[in-house]
Amino acid sequence: MDSHSVATAPGELVGGVDPHSHPSFLRHHFESVGQQREAASFGMWIFLLTEVMFFGGMFCAYLIFRNWYHPAFVAGSNTLDITLGTTNTAVLIGSSFTMAMAVYSAEMRRRSQLILFLTLTIVLGFAFLGIKAVEYHQKFVDHHIPGPNFSIQEFVHPSNPHAIPLSPDMAQKTQIYFSLYFAMTGMHALHMIIGISLLFFMVWRASQNAYTEGHIMPVENFGLYWHFVDIVWIFLFPLLYLISRYR
Amino acid sequence: MTEKIDPEHQEQHIVGPPVYLTIVITLLVLTAVTTGVAFIDLGVFNPIIALAIACFKASLVVLFFMHIKYSSRLLKMTVLCGLFTFMLLMTLTMTDYISRAWGMW
Repeated sequence: MDSHSVATAPGELVGGVDPHSHPSFLRHHFESVGQQREAASFGMWIFLLTEVMFFGGMFCAYLIFRNWYHPAFVAGSNTLDITLGTTNTAVLIGSSFTMAMAVYSAEMRRRSQLILFLTLTIVLGFAFLGIKAVEYHQKFVDHHIPGPNFSIQEFVHPSNPHAIPLSPDMAQKTQIYFSLYFAMTGMHALHMIIGISLLFFMVWRASQNAYTEGHIMPVENFGLYWHFVDIVWIFLFPLLYLISRYR
Repeated sequence: MTEKIDPEHQEQHIVGPPVYLTIVITLLVLTAVTTGVAFIDLGVFNPIIALAIACFKASLVVLFFMHIKYSSRLLKMTVLCGLFTFMLLMTLTMTDYISRAWGMW
């Protein structure tokens, strides 16, 4: 490992070993595979922190508007389907588990197991997006998409006996709730679509043995991304669906 | 000799299926708990409990799925610095909002 102690020409042997030999995936500016992995993880985490700030801005906006227009946010939140929301949370947690197992399979150098777990992650990712699409469709049917066709009917004359009718002025503010709902879940869904695209690419590369000969860094870093997307949902779920339920 | 204590050159710790299974089951149970608690009227504690459970779930994901528990101090500090900066930005923004008459119409 101590390649600095002896100056050698390429091909020259030191103690019977070529000191310049290394795995093909080890870049020349790193001393070891471990150091390369550490640098890659560090870079990935810095990227994820910029993502925290990106989603954090929307969470901050949600917090402020929720305090300003609390009745509108309560009414808006109760139009969401809690069963679909809870199912989606479980689906996404399950996909995080399959992704973690994919990283483990790459570490164990088991190609078919890696492909299996990456594929399962894709399936669960699509399941999440499918359920989300059903929810979006319901909002479309109910005219709860902010804009000129938005209907405040449900909030001024609620069909739910537990709901408190809002004044037309406050009922208009539910558009802010739904704007934030679509912005936050939409950006989250976009991250999932990007993630699923990358997963398809990784299944293809995994089938070529790209990650099962020691070079697991792409799988590992993608895993960090996927778990991050899971964490965003772990916070979106209680804030959008749970904390304002009628009891 | 220095390589033995240099975290950059250590072998990566491999986390196995038993740990992942324990974590995923815990996360699913906590999801059920947080959904159940949402239907019990606890007043101001509803959002507090919901967010506390969410923070705990996120910590489990970061520590085990994202391997931070087994990572070097550099990565641990990176995550903490990020969270600290995020909390700083949130707190300072909130102090601005709660200390002015904005939104009081």
